[in-house]
Amino acid sequence: MPRFNNLYWDAAQKLSRQKLVVICLGIIAVYIFVALLGILNLLPDYQTRVATGYEAPSLGLAKLLGTDIFGRSVLYKILAGTKTAMLIGILVTSISVPLGVTLGAVAGYYGGLVDVGIVWLYTVISSVPYILMVIAISYVIGKGLVAICLAMGLLGWVGLCRLIRSEVLKNRNLEYVAAARVIGANDLQIIFRHILPNVVHLAIISASLQILGAIKSEVILTFLGVGIQDGASWGSMISDATGELVQGIWWPLAGVVFTMFLIIYALNVVSDALRDALDPKLRGSTEVVEEDSQLGAKEAAVQKA
Amino acid sequence: MVGYIIRRLLYIIPTIFGVAVLVFVLFTAAGEDPVRVALGQHATPQAIADLEALWGLDQPLWRQFISFLGQIVTFNYGESYFTGEVLSEAFASGALVSLSLTLPPFVFGLVLNIAIAMMIAYYRDTWIDRFSTATAVISMSFSYLVYIIAMQYFLAYEFEWFPINGYAPGWDALPYLALPWLIIILVSIGPDVRIYRTIFLNEMQANYVRTARAKGVSERSILFIHILKNAMIPILTFTIVAVPFLILGSFLMERFFSIPGLGDLMITAINNGDFPVLKGMTMYITMTYALFNLLTDLLIAAVDPRVKLH
Repeated sequence: MPRFNNLYWDAAQKLSRQKLVVICLGIIAVYIFVALLGILNLLPDYQTRVATGYEAPSLGLAKLLGTDIFGRSVLYKILAGTKTAMLIGILVTSISVPLGVTLGAVAGYYGGLVDVGIVWLYTVISSVPYILMVIAISYVIGKGLVAICLAMGLLGWVGLCRLIRSEVLKNRNLEYVAAARVIGANDLQIIFRHILPNVVHLAIISASLQILGAIKSEVILTFLGVGIQDGASWGSMISDATGELVQGIWWPLAGVVFTMFLIIYALNVVSDALRDALDPKLRGSTEVVEEDSQLGAKEAAVQKA
Repeated sequence: MVGYIIRRLLYIIPTIFGVAVLVFVLFTAAGEDPVRVALGQHATPQAIADLEALWGLDQPLWRQFISFLGQIVTFNYGESYFTGEVLSEAFASGALVSLSLTLPPFVFGLVLNIAIAMMIAYYRDTWIDRFSTATAVISMSFSYLVYIIAMQYFLAYEFEWFPINGYAPGWDALPYLALPWLIIILVSIGPDVRIYRTIFLNEMQANYVRTARAKGVSERSILFIHILKNAMIPILTFTIVAVPFLILGSFLMERFFSIPGLGDLMITAINNGDFPVLKGMTMYITMTYALFNLLTDLLIAAVDPRVKLH
């Protein structure tokens, strides 16, 4: 399929010409590398004391960002939190994107009762306040990392499903699908081999936004007490740091805020660039997916998008 | 038109039924048993049985579900397990507080962000546009939490311009609400301006703009009359559907500033396993959401002559 290849080749060339995008891709790569180190247990142990409590930042790797109340390295904690955040982002995306693509494609292609059922399902899910659903699901499965990933993944497919459904709906009546049918392709082959390559850019854009959203949501959910219970997480660090700020202890908060800002900024820039490169006509319509909106007033805008 | 509205209202029924099933399954299957939470670990079997009977939890599941459906039809969700408050009253007072928190910055933010977006779109591809768009992305890259913590710390704690947290009924709430309002508006600028800018740019490329220009219409009236009017349609679809969620307030704001709205009520209910509150609140939100979706479609049809309802 030459068109398929050209689109991605062109997009890659477009992206590599933008300096900021390349830098941001580098930042994302560093975070993924840290997460990999964490998964392989190669990160320094954040639970060991490296100095006395509440030491301000000073030279030396362990004390670069100061220490917390127990004299543990803030930097090491942030690195461990980075692993958690990246893991959540990737896990959530790997649940919600395949779900959204499959359900959207099936609904759009078959239409009829299947379509009615899937549309009903996502209308139901999107009518319930997001945070309440995440909390309820994580109560059912039990708190912790897996629960929160499952909950966010099981809720996050709606927007993508809507997009894919309407694109497949447009595509299924085009000539190339009729041609595929004539040469004897069955439904599954038509959906997965012929139609999906033409709409998969939507999944790529959505995935980059989902990672972003998952990282931001985890921090807020953990802060509210329903996210990560044990282990290091940026959300629980922010939660601790809020009380410390009043005592003049600013470095744990500053460290987390900067670390979070960097990855979210990089993901923002890259997903914008991806959207421009892969699907110029989509500009603006998926933008809303990425907000903290699940927890705020703009929630509905997400669902409408 | 009337037929359309009736049909749309009927479509809401399966959605509400679905949400009812979902909510019932989630909150009945949920790990924590409200009876245990209420009575503590050392409750006698007799006390547990009594409380279960009082709350109707000794009934078979299907009967509990039927009575839940009955509650949905009558809008009467009973009383809170823990405070004993009648839920409809608790909702009404909580919703009022939440709306006083979210509605003013919503309206003000809408006007402000449309104005900024129009200005940026007008100066498209100049340094003003590039600078504002870059700033918007940077401002969106900080977590909501960071804004709340930073502004509460500096403006309320360090500079003492606002009370740190708290709430008072009636007009006395104003000083307590001012800082939350400020934060909500500030956080909305980045994402909203970006979306509205895209919408305005799309409109500016439309053929009618070229026609208007060719006819010698002034730039100002093109921008403020033609483009603004047409851009309002997508902006409306984005914003009106957000209104039902305004009722819910903002969990984070209510938490940080100790504002007794619905979000706060919900977090407390979650911690206590107060299922009547959670079920009732979810159903209220779902219904408002469905109604506002319908309202949006009607409004768009009213504004945009190309849209036909059928």
